[in-house]
Amino acid sequence: MSVQDPSLVPFPSPGSLVARRVLRAVMPFVVIAAAWQVASQFFPGYLFPSLVDVFWRVLEIFTSWSAFSNVLATAMRILGGLAGAFVIGAVLGFMIVQSKMIDRFLSPILIFFQGIPALSWVVFAIIWFHGTEFRILFIMIVTTLPAFTFQVVGALRGMSKDLLEMVMSFRPKRMKFYKVMVLPSVLPEILTAWKVNLGNASRVVVVAELVGSSGGVGYQLLQQQQLFDMTGALAWTLQLVFFVLLFQWILTLIETAAFRYRAVSERNL
Amino acid sequence: MTAPEIAEEAEIRFENVSKHFGNPAAPFVAVDELDLEIDKGQMVALLGKTGCGKSTMFNMIAGLSAPTSGRVTLMGHDPFKEFDWFRGKIAIVFQNDRLLPWRTAVKNVELGLEMLETTKEERRERAIYWLHKLGLAGHEDDYPHALSGGMRQRVSIARAFATNAELLLCDEPFSALDEITSKRLRMEFARLVRENGKTAVFITHSINEAFDIGDRIVVLKRPAQIAHDIRLDAATSDEEKEAIRRMIHDSLSQ
Repeated sequence: MSVQDPSLVPFPSPGSLVARRVLRAVMPFVVIAAAWQVASQFFPGYLFPSLVDVFWRVLEIFTSWSAFSNVLATAMRILGGLAGAFVIGAVLGFMIVQSKMIDRFLSPILIFFQGIPALSWVVFAIIWFHGTEFRILFIMIVTTLPAFTFQVVGALRGMSKDLLEMVMSFRPKRMKFYKVMVLPSVLPEILTAWKVNLGNASRVVVVAELVGSSGGVGYQLLQQQQLFDMTGALAWTLQLVFFVLLFQWILTLIETAAFRYRAVSERNL
Repeated sequence: MTAPEIAEEAEIRFENVSKHFGNPAAPFVAVDELDLEIDKGQMVALLGKTGCGKSTMFNMIAGLSAPTSGRVTLMGHDPFKEFDWFRGKIAIVFQNDRLLPWRTAVKNVELGLEMLETTKEERRERAIYWLHKLGLAGHEDDYPHALSGGMRQRVSIARAFATNAELLLCDEPFSALDEITSKRLRMEFARLVRENGKTAVFITHSINEAFDIGDRIVVLKRPAQIAHDIRLDAATSDEEKEAIRRMIHDSLSQ
């Protein structure tokens, strides 16, 4: 029996490494799709439609402007809501960190808000406001605001005291201090907050549109339910999922570019 | 009570300074009625055991904390109340390198210059000059995690010198390094301070370090009060130095 010298075993080529990585990423979805497709053979189409039909419906939505504009409207609502909540949350976060009195006043209110279900906010918004877009923006902001605020507070409080003192020793002007110290320090937590809140917002926006809108993915889902069209329901859901995945990917790209300074350990957790 | 006569050349002055922490009814006294003057161009080692109040004094000089009573002045100004007046006039080398992990070596050195609104080109030029002077040519674009402990501390020294501040404050900057690197760096540091005509206050708990660095050694006893104030010069013989070393050792052992 011959024993091969381990140093002679060739390293896998970069191409095969990429192929393996892609395969690992795709495998879970392939399994789910295969299970669904098998189920579609045994159950009626209105319960488990064929994935081929779903694919054509997805394509149809994607290529028809009148249909795709619904997806864009939902995407804009998500981004608008998140941006609004982030700006307000950042301001509140800074105020909370700077003043104990504001902290004691605002924190319980935000915790109370966190306990209110998204659907309750939908009902309140319908009763209080007239405009559809304003209703949805309001719902998006109030449901994601507490999380953004607490994440900004956590990021600010978690800043390194040593680094903060070092930067302060150079006597920076306020804007310079935020630019060189605060922003780079809090950026990792801010990006994580966006990623987490993006998932929450995509769920909330559908509920808001389902009840209080005449357009968007949520409204279209309501139409599919009334038509008992599972193919359409799946196709519209996938449109939203694709948008979330696309935006997550953009956030990951930003993360990779912004945090290239980080040391990478050869040993995983 | 009238203030004592102030010598024009004094760079740093502690006048009857006390610093208390905790409950005012039963405070922890970190610094007790301390009087100290450090002249321009002096290189002073503040030597004392852990917990003797060295860092408290350091923070008061740096303007990071205010005295409970008495007065601290630097160049005739209050470093705590007139915080912004000292922009570009004080540079600090901390115990650990405190480099911003998201900035390359050269960008870390540029940090102090950014506060002084110097042009981008000038910042870059001065930062590279100091990195090269400290033996870091070729490492300008390395992030801190890619540098050794000694190299990182060199970057932090470069950062302090690059601002051309008149006063350098050092809080045990080489204590985390191995003895050989530490010795080499402090000799290099002392040379740069003398070459550039700076005033330097160097906090340490090491007698050897104090002798390597200081042309004046102020030995502190707890709570920060002066136990010995020793001036060394070229005329100080080795026998005298040995006697001083023993005296300091005995004083710190008490």
